[in-house]
Amino acid sequence: MLRDITIGQHFPGNSIIHRCDPRLKIVATIAYIVVLFLASNPLGMVLSLVLLGLLYRAAKIPLKLILKSLKPIFPIVIFTAVLNLFFITGEGDPLVHLGFVRIYAEGVRYAVLMAVRIVALIAGTSLLTYTTSPIVLTDAIEALLKPFARLHLPVHELAMMMTIALRFIPLLIEETEKIMNAQKARGAMLDNGKFMERIKALVPVLIPLFISAFRRADELAMAMECRCYHGGEGRTRLKVLRFGRDDVKCAVVLAAGLAVILSTRWIMPGL
Amino acid sequence: MENNTILEAQEVRFRYDGDQPAETAAYAVDGVSMKVRRGEFVAVLGANGCGKSTLAKHFNAILLPETGTVLVEGMDTRTDEKLYDIRQKVGMVFQNPDNQIVATVVEEDVAFALENLGVPTDEMRTRVDEAMKLAGIYDQRTKAPHKLSGGQKQRVAIAGVIAMRPDCLILDEATAMLDPRGRAQVMKTIRSLRDAGISIVSITHYMEEAAQADRVLVMSRGRIVMEGAPTQVFSQTRRVRSYHLDVPQAAELRDELCAAGLPMPEGVITPEECARAIYDLLA
Repeated sequence: MLRDITIGQHFPGNSIIHRCDPRLKIVATIAYIVVLFLASNPLGMVLSLVLLGLLYRAAKIPLKLILKSLKPIFPIVIFTAVLNLFFITGEGDPLVHLGFVRIYAEGVRYAVLMAVRIVALIAGTSLLTYTTSPIVLTDAIEALLKPFARLHLPVHELAMMMTIALRFIPLLIEETEKIMNAQKARGAMLDNGKFMERIKALVPVLIPLFISAFRRADELAMAMECRCYHGGEGRTRLKVLRFGRDDVKCAVVLAAGLAVILSTRWIMPGL
Repeated sequence: MENNTILEAQEVRFRYDGDQPAETAAYAVDGVSMKVRRGEFVAVLGANGCGKSTLAKHFNAILLPETGTVLVEGMDTRTDEKLYDIRQKVGMVFQNPDNQIVATVVEEDVAFALENLGVPTDEMRTRVDEAMKLAGIYDQRTKAPHKLSGGQKQRVAIAGVIAMRPDCLILDEATAMLDPRGRAQVMKTIRSLRDAGISIVSITHYMEEAAQADRVLVMSRGRIVMEGAPTQVFSQTRRVRSYHLDVPQAAELRDELCAAGLPMPEGVITPEECARAIYDLLA
């Protein structure tokens, strides 16, 4: 059961979106989120969904995957929509008036906008993780945060921690399985019993897991020292991120798309 | 002559409980002097807890001796400024390949040491490819380490070390966790490294591996108790056994045959030699 866990939700492919510079993808994703919140008109929302749809199409990611990534946030979408529906008061007469429940046209508008916004937000960030492997993502985060190293933010250390975490997650999962089997072989009941009992039964799994993780960390530190590791100072990289011609094209197209969406807010605010 | 020595330990003593008074302390390494020559393959044998791993960690300044000196190509391991030079000269491979691999892609892990040393990207590419080819894992270069077999992982770890172009490679029970096939793969890699002129110090429990070395050291309670060519050491079966070690099966068979009154020649330690000796006897 533990083997099914995948890190992130990378969907390997070779589309233009996959090949795009990961730094551009991160910046574009942030820009997209900002635009989603700035464009508060329905037309802007529709256009942002269209843009996202086109990008998904270009990345050749099946619709099923988008729905899968949206599933867990569905309750939140409904919750916020309902809140907006009931608590936003508009001008004029309410559409519905039942006891203390008053629903205004303004509320409906906001509820729909908010729901669409959250869906677009999740789908947009998912596109980033679908098309970028965690390793590449780590490199890009390190590259983007580099200017902050001057402000004593431990950028290299953070990136190194992420890399090591990614490296050791599959190992620790395998180890957890081994320990669970060993405990089961000695009669541990891990799969049945009441909720509290099951939590308690996990303690003898977690303690050996932690001890072995510390031991691994110790050995890894020594192996890293043996290979002359001394922090991020004076480090070079095997793979250097390059901002190629295709990346420039992507950047231009994305910037244009986002600009159009944003401009509708002022040109056609009513729509 | 002096130029030929690559590693040298002089009266090295070390203990883990350094703050205890010296009289009651247990020394893990208790006065070891040894030399390793350029291009030599030395096997270090010893029962668990005899101090062989502790000694190995002195050769690239992971541990510093309490008294005595360790010299790597003439550089004292105590000199701080030379630390990275020393670690680059003497590569170290440990028992568990999983705990030595840092990166999530094979080739990036092989590049790790070079990234630390600040090697320019173009040069790094050639050196990484060269190391991966030498270790025989070039075909696996874009895979994730956890998808590889034990022998392949250990060869990734070796490639990550030889990318630094060390003069000496220390293997701290590097084959202990591998299955026979993985062990054979790693031994093949080690032989090709030795042919490439790299000195090898192998700490091992496998007598068949030690039999391939140029020289064997046997350690017991922090000291070197036997030293010599594999044929010399393993011929003294009784003495080797007294240090809680096995002897290669071929040497054991020769001993039994001698005890049974057959005139077997001395210094028989590999299956091939043993087979030949028996063949000669029968013929």
